[in-house]
Amino acid sequence: MCGAVKGGPSLDGVDVANQAVIQGVVTRDGEPVGNAYVRLLDRTGEFTAEVPTSATGQFRFFAGPGDWTVRTLAPRAQSVDHSVRAAKGVVAEVAVAV
Amino acid sequence: MSRETALVTADWVEEHLGDSNIVLVEVDEDTEAYDKGHIPGAIKLDWKKDLQDGVRHDFISKDRLEALLSEKGISNDDTIVLYGGNNNWFAAYAYWYLTYYGHTNLRLLDGGRKKWELDSRELTDEVPTRAATTYVAQEPNNAIRAFRDEVIEAIGTKNLIDVRSPDEFAGRLLAPAHLPQEAAQIGGHIPTAGNVPWSKAANDDGTFKSDEELAALYADAGLDTSKDTIAYCRIGERSSHTWFVLNEILGYPNVKNYDGSWSEYGSLRGVPVALGDEPGEA
Repeated sequence: MCGAVKGGPSLDGVDVANQAVIQGVVTRDGEPVGNAYVRLLDRTGEFTAEVPTSATGQFRFFAGPGDWTVRTLAPRAQSVDHSVRAAKGVVAEVAVAV
Repeated sequence: MSRETALVTADWVEEHLGDSNIVLVEVDEDTEAYDKGHIPGAIKLDWKKDLQDGVRHDFISKDRLEALLSEKGISNDDTIVLYGGNNNWFAAYAYWYLTYYGHTNLRLLDGGRKKWELDSRELTDEVPTRAATTYVAQEPNNAIRAFRDEVIEAIGTKNLIDVRSPDEFAGRLLAPAHLPQEAAQIGGHIPTAGNVPWSKAANDDGTFKSDEELAALYADAGLDTSKDTIAYCRIGERSSHTWFVLNEILGYPNVKNYDGSWSEYGSLRGVPVALGDEPGEA
């Protein structure tokens, strides 16, 4: 893998108009991290979902409209939190560096 | 049952890699996870293809389980150590399911695949071969499985625990947020159910919380240990995780998993449904 792609996975075939998408890519020193875990916490901090990153470091959630926290766990790294607002028909991109 | 008889640590698994009577089995929702790398010696069970009937909306019968485990090279006296992704949801489901058909030597790897990966422990893409066996399953143990009529009767009388996320419980989401929100059934929960998301029983790395923390979690949610308990989620895998906590770690008696869960209940005609964050009235 040579350098990280920008943004989350391709949205080809996804009906974005009816979804509140949160997605992005996890990198370490600019390189994608393919063995990280990204969890989505709701406005009260409660766990809602978790996905492993793809080989290209990417992840995606189909959330609901509102405020969320994206928490990233990766080997040999502290966990990192990002606040993100999701809205129907909008793709919220999150860039995570560990 | 207790933590000591139901759970093993990643260190324990590393020390026992290669033991001939211990079979490591990876069970995932993302069935490609195993192919990308697994714990050395582990075999794969496909949650959907191997364990679901495929025609009836049910898991496979005793006969098919016997054929499956025989083909996979698992014997009745082997110790099966289960692990998987999604914080062991599907591994816990397999644990519950194998208990249902009477396998006794079962363990769950604490933290599952995630803990193993976050610890940077060894993964391999080498697929082991095991000689076929003649596996004999027991008759189904319905003491740990709830069906819909029993669930409806439990409203207001037994402990009902909805282990989905608060947004699913309230009816704001129909499925976990990493899946497209396109399910057709209605949202909400079974009236009088308490909401104790499965995730409250686990640490961020997927390992289970301590016995003291777990006991307090369900006591605070109003679980009355003198009553029978039914756990449910959307399709029965997260509630297997909670069944595991209550039955196998804490040793509470009379705990059932309702594997039909919300995907069944929320599609039934005429049954009571509650919306919002409160349990609701019977």
